[in-house]
Amino acid sequence: MRPRATSLALPAIAGILLALALPARGRAEEGRPAPPFSLTDIEGRKLDLATYRGKVVLLDFWATWCAPCRDVIPRFVAWQKRYGPRGLQVIGISLDDSAAPVVRFAREFHLNYPVAVGNARLAERYGGILGLPVAFVIDRAGRIYSRHDGGTDPSAIRRDIERLLGVARPD
Amino acid sequence: MRARRGFSSRAAIAVTKGVFAAAVVVAALALPASSSAQGAPAAGGADKDALIAPEALAGIVRSSAKKPVIFQVGFRVLYEQAHIPQSRYVGPGSKEEGLAELRRAASPLPRDTAIVLYCGCCPWVRCPNMQPAYKALLGLGFTNVKLLFIEKNFGADWVAKGYPVEKGAPAGD
Repeated sequence: MRPRATSLALPAIAGILLALALPARGRAEEGRPAPPFSLTDIEGRKLDLATYRGKVVLLDFWATWCAPCRDVIPRFVAWQKRYGPRGLQVIGISLDDSAAPVVRFAREFHLNYPVAVGNARLAERYGGILGLPVAFVIDRAGRIYSRHDGGTDPSAIRRDIERLLGVARPD
Repeated sequence: MRARRGFSSRAAIAVTKGVFAAAVVVAALALPASSSAQGAPAAGGADKDALIAPEALAGIVRSSAKKPVIFQVGFRVLYEQAHIPQSRYVGPGSKEEGLAELRRAASPLPRDTAIVLYCGCCPWVRCPNMQPAYKALLGLGFTNVKLLFIEKNFGADWVAKGYPVEKGAPAGD
């Protein structure tokens, strides 16, 4: 009986370890090339995703009035400051109905990364943004590494970013 | 009258489920209360009797019964990607522009009109749009207003469940 139990347990343990080592996959868009886009940001500059090829990109769909979005944005500002030199680029895509509140928000929250106002076509190309916030982690090759819905677990986003940047957690 | 009673009875069934779910959610809300208070009021503060569950509204939308008037009080990009058939976009209830459009759209209606408000932008307990929109309609004297209880978001609690959806820009665009 004991060898039989072991033979069952080992693959199970291996499976658990493998699952822990891999990011939480399963979304259809994960592993696929991030859909390209070119928008004008709220500062009037061109915001082209292709420009950031070679960097790890955190693409955040959000809105100024969205409470969970507002909660997590200070973390993104901190991550941009901390991990920017290691190759992280945060990009914000606001789904507000107009740019004016986004401009005010960016100033108030001292956003240190580019922000543009998105649209339904872009949202659909990213698999549909049918709730906020939604954050995508995009690898240096321009592939979607992971999708995070709801902003409930920023540590999972951070873990993915650190993994792609190859940095060890300091604490 | 018959259709209106049908809507009310289905809503009553839905409320039983909705109230329970809301109670669980409100209890859960007590844990992260400080962070949830930032930004906007929680939709969970609405009258519990006013909740309607997604499956109940989906049944009504699919049926041949007279439909309630349905207003989407979330954001335009969400509406354009997917919305409840025949629902009308009025804009975020957390913004004065959205409330103004809601009042404008609802004002001509008889005050006993069956109205459903929905958003689905965010988890129910964090939604900033439902409560102000609900209060705005009550302020106008409407007596049969329901709030669609979307626990997580419109994608997870409506679209992913296969309930009826349409795509496209709001009428008049």
